[in-house]
This record gives sequence, structure tokens and C-alpha cells, in this order.
Amino acid sequence: MWWRSASFILDRNDNLLQDDSVPKPESRLLSPPASYMAETVHNPNPINKISAYYQTRAAHHGVVTSDWLAQAQAAVGRDQPSDSDTSLKSSASVKPFSVIEEFNNWRKQPDLAEAVAAVRALASVIRSSEANTIAELQSELKAASDSLKSWDTTSISLTAGCDLFMRYITRTSAFEYEDFNSAKSRFLERAEKFGEISYKARKIIAMLGQDFIFNGCTILVHGFSRVVLEILKTAAESRKVFRVLCTEGRPDRTGLRFANELAKLDVPVKLLIDSAVAYSMDEVDMVFVGADGVVESGGIINMMGTYQIALVAKTMDKPVYVAAESYKFARLYPLDQKDMVPAVRPIDFGVPIPSKVEVETSARDYTPPQYLTLLFTDLGVLTPSVVSDELIQLYL
Amino acid sequence: MIPPARHASDNLSRAVGMAVPTVSQLRVHPPVDSLQAGSYALSDSVFSASPTRSPSSRIGIDGEFSEDSANWIKRDNSGRLTAAVPTGVPDLTQSIEASNNENNGEVVGGPPQKNSKLLKAKTTKAERRALQEAQRAAKASAKAPEQTSKPEKQANQKKYVSQLASSSVVHEKKGGDKPLEKDRKKDMPPPRMQFDNKSWVEKAKKRSVVKQTEARNRVEIFRHLPQYERGNQLSDLGSSFFQMGDMHPAVYKVGLQFLAGDIMWSNTRCISMLQAFQKVIEDYSTPPERTTLARDLTAKINASVSFLNECRPLSISMGNAIRFLKARITKLTLAQTESEAKTSLCSDIDNYIQAKIVLADKQIVIHAVTKICDGDVILTYGSSSLIEMIILRAHELRRQFRVVIVDSRPNLEGQQLLRKLVEKGLSCTYTHINAVSYVMHEATKIFLGAASVLSNGTVYSTVGTACIAMVAHAYHVPVLVCCESYKFHERVQLDSICSNELGDPDVIAKVPGRTNNCLDDWASKENLQLLNLAYDVTPADYVSTIVTEYGMIPPTSVPVIVREFGREHVLI
Repeated sequence: MWWRSASFILDRNDNLLQDDSVPKPESRLLSPPASYMAETVHNPNPINKISAYYQTRAAHHGVVTSDWLAQAQAAVGRDQPSDSDTSLKSSASVKPFSVIEEFNNWRKQPDLAEAVAAVRALASVIRSSEANTIAELQSELKAASDSLKSWDTTSISLTAGCDLFMRYITRTSAFEYEDFNSAKSRFLERAEKFGEISYKARKIIAMLGQDFIFNGCTILVHGFSRVVLEILKTAAESRKVFRVLCTEGRPDRTGLRFANELAKLDVPVKLLIDSAVAYSMDEVDMVFVGADGVVESGGIINMMGTYQIALVAKTMDKPVYVAAESYKFARLYPLDQKDMVPAVRPIDFGVPIPSKVEVETSARDYTPPQYLTLLFTDLGVLTPSVVSDELIQLYL
Repeated sequence: MIPPARHASDNLSRAVGMAVPTVSQLRVHPPVDSLQAGSYALSDSVFSASPTRSPSSRIGIDGEFSEDSANWIKRDNSGRLTAAVPTGVPDLTQSIEASNNENNGEVVGGPPQKNSKLLKAKTTKAERRALQEAQRAAKASAKAPEQTSKPEKQANQKKYVSQLASSSVVHEKKGGDKPLEKDRKKDMPPPRMQFDNKSWVEKAKKRSVVKQTEARNRVEIFRHLPQYERGNQLSDLGSSFFQMGDMHPAVYKVGLQFLAGDIMWSNTRCISMLQAFQKVIEDYSTPPERTTLARDLTAKINASVSFLNECRPLSISMGNAIRFLKARITKLTLAQTESEAKTSLCSDIDNYIQAKIVLADKQIVIHAVTKICDGDVILTYGSSSLIEMIILRAHELRRQFRVVIVDSRPNLEGQQLLRKLVEKGLSCTYTHINAVSYVMHEATKIFLGAASVLSNGTVYSTVGTACIAMVAHAYHVPVLVCCESYKFHERVQLDSICSNELGDPDVIAKVPGRTNNCLDDWASKENLQLLNLAYDVTPADYVSTIVTEYGMIPPTSVPVIVREFGREHVLI
């Protein structure tokens, strides 16, 4: 808005002249536009500013700073009383069970993917539900899924996992020959299977991806993706000789953790600061990144810095490979970097920053499909344009 | 050297439906082998000059030729046998073109030579054989006393030529079909007529209802598209109302409205055409002769369609709707009574309009509105009813944004949109297309409508859209094209020339508000041609996303939508 029109000064003056109901341009700039969400959903997460998804990831990485920890503690402390508000509204009695609590429990496990945690939480909803008909169960699940999604609007795999499970439920709940209990058990079975599928997915992707690693190649890695780690593990186990350049990945310092893991595998690894990517790009043969979400255009949403690296790689004609499970495909379509739900993370610079100085705290960026070469998924090795094909088949 | 059987039966059964024994009959023929030997040299001769200059090795074979066209079929079929991949023989077809087409023989001679040189390395023996057969056929037909068969063969060739959207001389060869096709299809108007073929144009004129006179200074590069004099058609048509005969008055009325320009937008045109067809169906009664309802009604619909096509060339959305209607008609079973069939057809048409147009529009508005945020500057071009709905809906939802409307001569459609938006209280900017690079830096999003989206993601829309999209791409502004899925088409178009619509050139010459137009007598100047194009083609690279009722899809996914939700799944 600032840079778009020479007349923004005039716009501002006009707005100042209008009545108070119109939000001032300054406030418009600082508060995240609420209109991104299609419907205004009550967000029970008390900390609007900090993205729970990225918090959890940082927790998994185990590299935390002290003041961040304090904030996290405060967050957890404040969460519990509000959870009771978000309990399911389906039955008159107030349930002690809360799907969000359940979800958080599952999510704390470091090796579990977000979507699987979500599906497991929904499965526990089914288990503890007192509904007698499929329709009732469906509506309970829908309410639970909505509350999960609204609790953390920034997590794409959470949304995608919930959507996939709900889709399975709605698609298959019309079987008339089935009675209620068998349907229930079928749903639970499916939820279990989902966890297995997700675990197997990583193995499949690892097998597909490690084919692209040849002896003597140099791989650039950004962010801490368990799938990419799996690929490199598999390649190392098949006795391939390669080396890895890791970006530091501030502010989460994912690179440090990744380098740790690779050192355990005896893979030669070199750490770069984020600014040294272009400098080192000519000795790189390929770039591997994971994805938080794969969007409909074929682009990916991933940790901040991925877009930059993809741009540099494209300019220097290096392939960029993305490793993502198929449940991360989401029906989003960002048109530019700011077109997503903002996910912010606190950044610790180590020194105090004056309050007048703004800090860009977004935790993720969007890489458009033209900068990506291939996607390794459990559905196979795909080009970015196939993502929409899969999504249409899945959701329509 | 003798072609394998699978190709033979494949081609024969597909092309002519002749019995396979013909193949064996041909194989016995001794000259077949000698043809192979000489065939490579022959391909040279075709392009250099007329087919009469054939090497001596062929003369003996020609002597065996009877001037009977039936034999010609067989000969040509044997040629087809060896064409293992009929589609891969562009130079062959060019040869037929060159030899048969008296109109632009010289024009064609140029490019095929270059192509032939490039492709010669790749022609297989089979293709050369096919080439040669065609030349022999051409020579035979050139020598044949029955000159009348030639234009028909030409016409049928051209018919197949025209089925591909290309005005250049590269096309699929289906030579063996020609003589039989001519009998079947003589009476049908060719689906994609090429107007630079004189014989075809004459035939079309005989069939046509609307009397059109061809325009004076025709633009050469668009010779394959119809260019007619405006002005007289309406009054002519109006006066000949009572001689209409079979034409239903509703269709006639719609045709007149198209001609006069009262109904312009592709959705409106499609809806009014479908409603006219509804009336046709309601008033229809099967004639007592042997024909069934399905067949007779289809014939009636075809006649109406060709009339409407003459009034104004059909848009792609209308073509899709007609295909849907015909598919529905063919699905009618004999078990239904006439009135049942008619009511079911009418309700099908209603459902189509509701589902594919009205409800689809509502769904598109819901999807597109999520992309309009506070502080946006939306740029739009011309006037599209869908874009208007989207903008008004976003305004209702209290989003704070402003609109830049880019307009262009000669229609100045943007003024209607401007009026409607300003009435609702939106802040708008209005400019002409020559200023688009000046305002583009302000825009945050571009919303465009489309007449159709083709299979490779290309957007076929009002002329000027490509310019806007290109400038937007250069400024990295996202372009959203909003289009209902019934307008998607499987065809692919690479440029705006091969298929387009030409408007009235006089409209360009007159600038409103000026008293002395320097172009008033443009027709008298021989070197001056005025071109008024209606559509242009925007490549998929310039489009960020296409908003359909199924959601937002990337341009590469259009064939997926066509495949999944294509004509077969038409009902809702």
C-alpha cells in the first residue's frame, strides 16, 4: 500500500477526514488484515501473534533461546483455562475432554507429523463421542475439526489433515447397509491407517528421492525437514558419497540441528550463514527442501528463506527438489507473499531493539511453482502442475 | 516394404469402411515395388512445380490408371496403408494442397519447400509412398475430364483442413476419405470454414439465409475469416422475415439481435440462444414421415445454428452449449413419448443455464472475493458481468479498495462498468488502454473476464486483454481470470490470427465527437485496410490463476477440469 500509489498521501488525508469508524491507514498497516479469513472465526488461541505451529517445530528442534522459552511457558500456562471454552458444543453436558488438548499431546512427540496428530485427535473425538447416528457424529467431528483449524490458522498440514479426514468421513458415510458401530470402527481404523500411511510416506519419498543423488554431488539444504533427512539417510545407507551444505536457518537455527544429524550419519556437512547461499551456489548440484504445505498452484510454503534460495538456484540453473507428503497438499492459492495467513515468530537478535524499529517476524514464505523443478511425494515424483490435478481429483 | 496388416485395416476401416481384401488385391500389383524405389525422388518434384512434371518411372504406372474415381480411392487407400502415422506427414498434405488448390498454389509453394527440406530426413518409406500416391492421384484428377469432382474433393479436403484451427497449410491428411465424405457432407456447412477458399465461399453463399456482401478492402492476413459489409444486412433480413419458412421466429429474433449488436456478451448470447432453442423444442412436433424425433430435431437445430452463425459467428461458449444440447437429444430413447421428450429437453436446458451459468457465477464470486483485501487497487479491462458482480460483492462486504477501469475503442465497454460502480459508491479511476503501463505500477491485482479458456491454459478474450496481461506480468502484478467452466474448450490456439472474429471496420474510422474524420473515405484508398478484431489470445504464462466455480486453478489444470467435468458429466 505504501509503495503502490503516488496518491497514498491523498488517500490518507481522505481517510483522516472520514469518520472514526474507518480504520486509519497506520493501524491498517500494523494489524494483520482480518479479511484474509473467509469467515470470521473465533480464534480461541490467546496469543494471536505467535504461530503455534512454528513454536512446536522449534521445540522439536530443541534449539531454543531462553526468553523464547519463557514466552512459550506463558503460552502453555494461558492455554489451559481457555481450552474449556473450546470444548465441543454437541452435547449439553460440558465434556472434560478437549480436542485441542488431545492434539497438543500428540503434537509434542517430535517424530509425529502435524497432520497425523490432527487425525489422531479427531479419532479420539470419535472414540469419546456419545453420538448415536452417523449424522450426529459427523457434525461433532466437523465442530472439532473447525476448532482445531481455528486454533492454529497458520498450520497448513493441520488444516490439510483435518480436511482429508473429514472428506473421507463425508464421502463414505452414505453407506446404507452399514450400521453405526461398524461405521465408527471403520473411521477409527482409517485414522490409524493414516498414521501408518504418513510414516510409510516418508520411506517412499526417501526411496524416490535418493535416486536423484549421485556420487560426488553437493546438496544444499534449507530448514529442518524430517523427510529430507530421511532421503539423505537412505542415500548415505546406500553408500553414496555426497556432501551437504546447510544454511543456518535463523531464527530457528535449524541448520545447526540438521548438521548435527548429518554428522551422526558421517556425511560431510558444511554450515553456511543464510547470506552465503548465492556465494556457494555455484558449487551446489541440487537443492533439497521440505514443505510446510504445497499449494494449488504447485508452489510451496516453507520456512522463511526458501524463496530466496529457489530464486538464486533458478538463476544459476540448479534444480530445486521439494520433498513433501501428499497430505500436505492444500487448497490455497497465494498470489504473492502477503496473500497467506500471517504466521509470526519472535526473533531474538541478542541485543535489545528500540521499540520504534519494526521487525519482520513472518516465519514462512511462498515459493511460486516456476522456481521448483520436481516434487517428491508418496504419489510419485511430480511436476508442480500435477499438484492441482491431484487436488481436483481428491476434493472435487 | 509391403505395409503391415495392422495399419491397413486400421486406416481402411477408419477411413472408408472398405473390405480388407482390397489390400491384398493391391499388394499383388507389380508396380507397387517400383514405386518405392522412385518415391524419394518424387517428393522433390512435387514442391518444385505442378504435378504434371513427373519422372519417367511413373508414366508406366499412370498408364494403368483409369480415370475412374473409384480406382482413385483404392490407389489412395494403398497410399494410406503405408502412411504408418498419418498425422506425421505434413509435407504430403502440402503436396496435395499445392497440386490441387488452384487458388493459392503459388502462395503455398513457398513454405512447403522449406518444410519439406526439414522434414525430408524424417519421412519414412511409408510416408514417401503415401506422398507419391497422392501425387499420382492429383495428377489423375488433374487429367480427369470430370472437373466437377475436383472442387468437391478440394472442398472435402478443406473441410478436414478446417477442422483444425489453423490457417496455415499444415494439416492432417485423410485423403482417402475425400470422395465418400463429399457425398455425405456436401449439404452440411463446414464447421470451421476457411473463407479464403473461393469455391467454399460460393457454396456457403448458396446455402446462406443472410445475404452478405464481402467487405471491400480485406486484410490479407485475415482472409480466412469472414469479412462482410455492414449496414444492409439488418434491413435485408428484416424484410425477408416472411420468407423464412422453417426458421422459428424465436431463433430469427435472436439472430437479428445478434446482428444488430443488441446482445453482446458471451453469457447473454448463450442464454438467449438456449432460450430460443427451448421455444423451438416446445413448438416442435415430429413430422409424420419415417424420421425420429431425435434426428429431425437435430436437423432443425443445425439449421438454426447455421443461421445464427451467419448473423454473428458463434462464440465458444455457445458451441459448447449446442454440443450439450445435441448430446441430450441423442440420448432420448424411443420409449419416451414426444411430449415427455420435449419437456425433459426443456428442463435439461433450464438446468444447464442454472447450473453452468447462474450458479457457477455465484460460486465464482464467492471464490474471487476472498482475494480482494483492504487496500487493494483492482484493475479491470472492459466490461465483464462476472467481474462486476465480484467487485460489487466485495464492496458489500465492506472491503476498502479502489478500482481502475481500463477501456478501449471502439466499443468503449468500460463506461458501462464505470457507471454502475460509481453509482454504488466505489472510487474508480478510468483510463484508456494506451495508458496501461502508466497506471500499472499502482495496481495490486488484475481481474479479467474471458470468452473462453483453451486447453493449454491460453485465455481467449476481448481484444486488448493480452496487452493488459503482458504489462501486468512485466510489473509482477498477479492476473486473475474469472471464467465459468462451461466455456473451457479442448482445443489449443497459439496465436490470435488463426481463429478470430472481425468486426466492422467503419467503427474504427469514425471517432465520436469529431466532425471531420480523415478516414472517412478509407475504402477508396487501395493501400489502406482497417482491421477491427474482436478477440485475442493471452498465453498461460501471463495468467496467475483461473477462478472457476470449482475453485482457483492454475492455467495448466484446464484440461483436468475438461476431463473430469467434461460434457459427459454434464448433468449436475
